[in-house]
Amino acid sequence: MIPINRQKILEVKDLAVSFNTFAGKVQAVRGVSFDLYSGETLAIVGESGSGKTVTNKVLMGILPNNAKIERGQVIYKGRDLIGIDEKEWEKIRGSEIAMIFQDPFSSLNPVTKVGKQISEIFILKHKMSRKEARERSIELMREVGIPEPEKRYSQYPFQLSGGMRQRIVIAIALASRPEILICDEPTTALDVTIQAQILNLIDKMRKEKQVSTIFITHDLGVVAHVADRVAVMYAGKIVEYGTVEEIFYDPKHPYTWGLLSSIPDMDMDVNEELFVIQGAPPNMLYPPEGDAFAQRNPFAMEIDYKREPPMFKVSDTHYAATWLLHPKAPKVEMPDMLKRRIENSLKQRRRNA
Amino acid sequence: MGRNEENIVLEVRNLKQYFKSGFGKSKIVVKAVDDISFKIRKGETFGLVGESGCGKTTTGRTIIRLYKPTSGEIYFNGKLISGKLSKEERLEVTKGIQMIFQDPIASLNPRMTVKEIVGEGLIINKLVKDDEELTQKVVDILKLVGLTEDHINRYPHEFSGGQRQRIGIARALISNPSLIIADEPISALDVSIRAQILNMLNRLKKSLGLTILFIAHDLSVVKYFSDYVAVMYNGKIVESGRPDELFSNPIHPYTKALISAIPIPDPLFEKGRNYITYDPLIHDYSKEKPEMHEILPDHFVYASESELKKYKESIGCAK
Repeated sequence: MIPINRQKILEVKDLAVSFNTFAGKVQAVRGVSFDLYSGETLAIVGESGSGKTVTNKVLMGILPNNAKIERGQVIYKGRDLIGIDEKEWEKIRGSEIAMIFQDPFSSLNPVTKVGKQISEIFILKHKMSRKEARERSIELMREVGIPEPEKRYSQYPFQLSGGMRQRIVIAIALASRPEILICDEPTTALDVTIQAQILNLIDKMRKEKQVSTIFITHDLGVVAHVADRVAVMYAGKIVEYGTVEEIFYDPKHPYTWGLLSSIPDMDMDVNEELFVIQGAPPNMLYPPEGDAFAQRNPFAMEIDYKREPPMFKVSDTHYAATWLLHPKAPKVEMPDMLKRRIENSLKQRRRNA
Repeated sequence: MGRNEENIVLEVRNLKQYFKSGFGKSKIVVKAVDDISFKIRKGETFGLVGESGCGKTTTGRTIIRLYKPTSGEIYFNGKLISGKLSKEERLEVTKGIQMIFQDPIASLNPRMTVKEIVGEGLIINKLVKDDEELTQKVVDILKLVGLTEDHINRYPHEFSGGQRQRIGIARALISNPSLIIADEPISALDVSIRAQILNMLNRLKKSLGLTILFIAHDLSVVKYFSDYVAVMYNGKIVESGRPDELFSNPIHPYTKALISAIPIPDPLFEKGRNYITYDPLIHDYSKEKPEMHEILPDHFVYASESELKKYKESIGCAK
């Protein structure tokens, strides 16, 4: 739960980004607003093309040339980051807001020793001497769990395994002590056992170094593990957000229901069918009128095709954008399978506690 | 194995697949698959799990003869299919074993229409007389996988990821194969599409009585989908058994670690969980050679004699 007196560190207001392509204008992000409080982990969930990565590229100032920020504000420490020039970005990028990318294979320089890739930051950003930077880098490598860091220091990325490489990437991101750490699918390319280690490491680093984290992923198991709060994105918008307990135990948006029940859990029987979201995400060249999810929503009403739903308040921390929450809407329950699953897991937790 | 010994579609015996690279001093031998054996019965889904690099994909590829095995034998419907085969025998194998690939974009030829892609197997195996029959068969199979007649003359780029995977499945099903090798068929798809494809495969499996070798790294999916599961680590099968038994009662330390690391979408559970880490150095195989032992009915574990004793004691205590 988030205490109310927590400090807001980042505020994104009504952000919209589009891309100019040969086929036309792709509206990747269409009015996204969220806050990040200091020390918390916010998970942004959504499938590919939902705009989660683009949103975070805005926060890092690394949008490609054909992207255009249509409107919105990103307020960090009382300052709007949209429209600042490249010189100012260089001061923020890396040292204030850092990022861990999905693919540890392509986010390291293949022809530079890994140790040098870390110490570079100490030399450039903290004006340390080479010797000092080397010592600090080795210390940091030890902190992120790399065995024999002195030996590893002078190895190249190809000599390390995927998990080790991701640890180096994390060390680089943490080297300049950022305030905000953005993790863009940091474990998708890794195996489950390695994934668990990396998630624990990120969590430990977050607590020790007091960084606020934005965690982008499509894996709800990972979200359950790391997040304090969750925002679910669909077709360039946030459709539901709340604390991790609210999203997992009391989801309100039909898309969230679909996401939660689309993967079999460990107790599921083969004869049971999975709850399916029919169809495919809309083409963002021509975003549909009304609710973008309406075509795939079995509970869609006439109004869904005409007007976009506003954010309805469920609790102080929980909001969802679906007309089903309107007082005049018919009462719709979440799918039975999901309901049973939630009840089961809550029962089990209570028994354990 | 203790399961029904009849109707074995595929049998793999002591399969080894080594890859060599480099010369002289820098010569490296990678033991991608190192002495594995298993059997797949008719109508069964055999799940092969393990992390990337453990050799599960290599196993699948060796079975359909994309690689020449270093040693070991593969029997398909009782016939030896590894090693040299005549042209007729080879056609029989390629007709009888079909593959569904992971990447629905890379595995479809962008210059062929859906009809050409799906119908190619029929033409090569001379299963159709004329174009009319071909069209009819392609349309039938497309309907089976949830596509329509209109899709027949389109190209792969006109489809979404989920639809492309449906095309790949139609291509695998059309020659009525006795065995389907599905190599991570859903891991490249979006979360909301995965359930569609999984449900469809599940329905087809039941209605057509398919025999499937299901290769995946996602344990919850493998458990949901398979009748029998083998866990691979470093080129070896370390444990195998029926999914309920294997997942509730893992014996090998690697299986335990793997199961403890599955992320579960349940925050209260996730926040308080403990991971088990696996250290391959705990096994001392210098004196005793490890083997597959049937520790419980239908439940096999890779262990040396002394380890087996220890494992047996541990389940004795649990019961």
